[in-house]
Amino acid sequence: MSRKHILFAAIALLLLIFVPMGQKNYIIYVLTSWLMFSIAAMGLNLTLGYAGQISLAQASFMGIGAYITALVTLAGYHWVLGWIAAMGATFVIGLLLGYPALRVQHHFLAFVTLAFNTLVFLVLRNEEWLTGGSHGLVGMPRPDFFGISTGKNLEFYYFVLVLFVISALVFSWIVHSPWGRAFKALRENPVRAESLGVDTRRITLLAFAIGSAFGGGAGAIMTPLVQFIEPGSFGLIHSLKILLMVVVGGAGFYYGPMLGAAVVILLPELLRFTEGYYLMIYAAMVIVLMVYSPGGLIGLGHKIMARVRPKKEVRKDMAKGAQL
Amino acid sequence: MTETVLSVNHISKSFGGIHAVRDVSFEVSRGEVLGLIGPNGSGKSTLFNCVLGQLRPDKGDVHINGHRVANMRASHLNKLGVGRTFQQLSVFPQMSVLDNIILAGQEHHGTMASRLFGPSDAGLTEEADRMIAFFRLEHLRDEMAGSLSYGQQKLVDAAMAFMAGPSLVLLDEPAGGVNLTMLANLKERLETYNREHDTTFVVIEHNMEFVMSLCTRIIVLAEGAIIAEGTPEEIRSNQQVIDAYLGG
Amino acid sequence: MSEFIQLLISGLSAGSIYALAAVGFTLLWQASQTINFAQGEFVMVPAFFVLALSVKLGLPIWLAMPLTVILSVLLLGALFKKLIVEPMHKHGTIPLVIATIALGLLIKEMVKEFYSPLGQPFPSLFPQTVLTVGDAVISVPDIANFVIAMGTIVALQLFLGRTRTGRSMQATAQNPDVAQILGVDIQRMVMYTFLINGALAAIASILITPIYLAKFSNGETLGLVAFIAAIVGGFNQIRGALVGGLLIGVIDNMSATYFSAEYRQALPMILLIVIILVRPQGLLGTSEGRTV
Repeated sequence: MSRKHILFAAIALLLLIFVPMGQKNYIIYVLTSWLMFSIAAMGLNLTLGYAGQISLAQASFMGIGAYITALVTLAGYHWVLGWIAAMGATFVIGLLLGYPALRVQHHFLAFVTLAFNTLVFLVLRNEEWLTGGSHGLVGMPRPDFFGISTGKNLEFYYFVLVLFVISALVFSWIVHSPWGRAFKALRENPVRAESLGVDTRRITLLAFAIGSAFGGGAGAIMTPLVQFIEPGSFGLIHSLKILLMVVVGGAGFYYGPMLGAAVVILLPELLRFTEGYYLMIYAAMVIVLMVYSPGGLIGLGHKIMARVRPKKEVRKDMAKGAQL
Repeated sequence: MTETVLSVNHISKSFGGIHAVRDVSFEVSRGEVLGLIGPNGSGKSTLFNCVLGQLRPDKGDVHINGHRVANMRASHLNKLGVGRTFQQLSVFPQMSVLDNIILAGQEHHGTMASRLFGPSDAGLTEEADRMIAFFRLEHLRDEMAGSLSYGQQKLVDAAMAFMAGPSLVLLDEPAGGVNLTMLANLKERLETYNREHDTTFVVIEHNMEFVMSLCTRIIVLAEGAIIAEGTPEEIRSNQQVIDAYLGG
Repeated sequence: MSEFIQLLISGLSAGSIYALAAVGFTLLWQASQTINFAQGEFVMVPAFFVLALSVKLGLPIWLAMPLTVILSVLLLGALFKKLIVEPMHKHGTIPLVIATIALGLLIKEMVKEFYSPLGQPFPSLFPQTVLTVGDAVISVPDIANFVIAMGTIVALQLFLGRTRTGRSMQATAQNPDVAQILGVDIQRMVMYTFLINGALAAIASILITPIYLAKFSNGETLGLVAFIAAIVGGFNQIRGALVGGLLIGVIDNMSATYFSAEYRQALPMILLIVIILVRPQGLLGTSEGRTV
């Protein structure tokens, strides 16, 4: 990791610590939910941006995580247990779901996850004895840590910030490990990667399962954040929203999902004057973005930078010319 | 006794009614550099794909280091000690040269777990640097592979094929599109590698000059069958080969 | 027994309409590797063209329906290809998939905002009467839907198999390089495929909407059913999509009665997962993946 990278991360972290101080509850709530969705989107970025597979079930992984955490904490156990159970369960479900789909090509994972999202919704709605049906579950407590409460909104924000930083570090560690190198190789040239001994099927499956576990982890945050969960929060539209976060920010870029989550969460606030048109504007924006910059906003930024600072490109071209 | 690395036993393969390969057998022993040549449509590629385990021959079988390969996944074949290069450029363009080469070795080092929890270079930086130095790519070590010239990318591709220390390397038209200076460099490096490591090469190539000077033995295919086999000198003077090329 | 026959017939009827959507989906995939995640919305929206033309503009229904087919061919076929698929093809599959997902969302939201968020009654082409055969009661619209949908698919098959253009389209789908060498105008053939998909979507929409109400969210289930039908039958051929569509239609109808109304929607998805596990090339599909 370069020095520039670390400096940027440090400044960003300082901002995240100081900005919410003294803000209104509503703003703190929006920021917290941005951190939470960033974690879910980070996971999907691993699946989509690094391993090149589309998952349309990230919201249902959040849902599974949220319900597990709710059931665990309502039963009187500590939130941490719920969090671990949520991530473990979603990881295993990811493996089970991904295994058949990734044996075949053609983006079958997209269809399988699409079906899975609907299935999870049906189970959450129909199994009232467990999930409370369409009324959902209420009254989940916010956790205490060694006597430190997270009950107030600002306290809870810092608690989520800690989880966010942990998730970001874990993500960074994964993509900088040999696994991350294999993910990148897979995305750039799967045939070559396979011929160099990369078991592309296994590594894709693991990327998907880890990505799903990030979703489960985000769900575990949602339970104490909202303190009310119902099936409608985990429908297909929410999976699509998380997917759009990754894509708009820039799939395959480290900060892509965080930027994307900010856009998706803040845009409705900014576009409030457009009332119901916001999703429309959003969808149209995504289509235009895909036509001009499949790398999302960060990809677009890089493109513009390359145009503003053409120096480096020229140098490389010349180097190439000299060697040919 | 020479040790057999690759043995092809009576393989035949047809597509529809067309016999792409008919009853081809040959063996390659350790350290040999075998050239496979033949006019277009002579069955070279089909044979190559059977050897790579990507096609299952209708009859006969292929053994590499004693393992039968048929419908084998490329990653599995690679673990058996088979490296390969591709006709088209096959590097990872958005990764540095160093990362390209480390990737080519990492799956042969440690376990899945150690590749997640261990060092990020899988302990391979030194070895990769040696490989980079061997192909004289030091000045490009940290450049993105995609920004290199065509010939340099071919060298990176070759370096990747060798990184895992394979016993057999299949080179698919290594000379294609490479300029003369670079070609001489590539040939010299391949020869040196072969001499130093006693690695077996099987080369498919159109460039006669290149094949004749690199290979120790050559097999000529025409219409799916072997029509000649021998040293470069023997092949050069073989009337059947001359006929097949001029007539075909 | 009579209940079973009634369910079978209404299942086949719905299934044949699903098959229309699935066939279109398969055609697009074959011709241009486009996985159209907006296919459900493509089947949802023509019903609103009909409503807009007849209810809002006051055109008679016999005029509104053919106009709808033409509109669908132009908007969902030509415009879709020109504006979205073509400029994105160079980026590979994933951006296009995402764009079609966004397009589906866009269409849905537009219908919701500009027409109505509520379900709208939709005129049926056929009298809502029943025939009594033995002790089974069979609805006339079911039979008519089945005949029209199957007729459309048979006509499409004949067109693809028997006409020069149709054969060129098939050649393009199977091997574009060879087709080009043989002098086929590939871009034109791909465009035809998109136009056909637009028409199939319009027909499916007009047939299926009277069964439910016209609602902006209809595409969600329709799309999912079309994907599942295409995959279950075999991704790479029309016959497969047909069989898949009929199968899903029958299973869907039977499950509400014999299985569980709550999990009715779940059954096609379980079928999908089972098929992918046991026979990933689909019921009628031949294994691909040879060309590594």
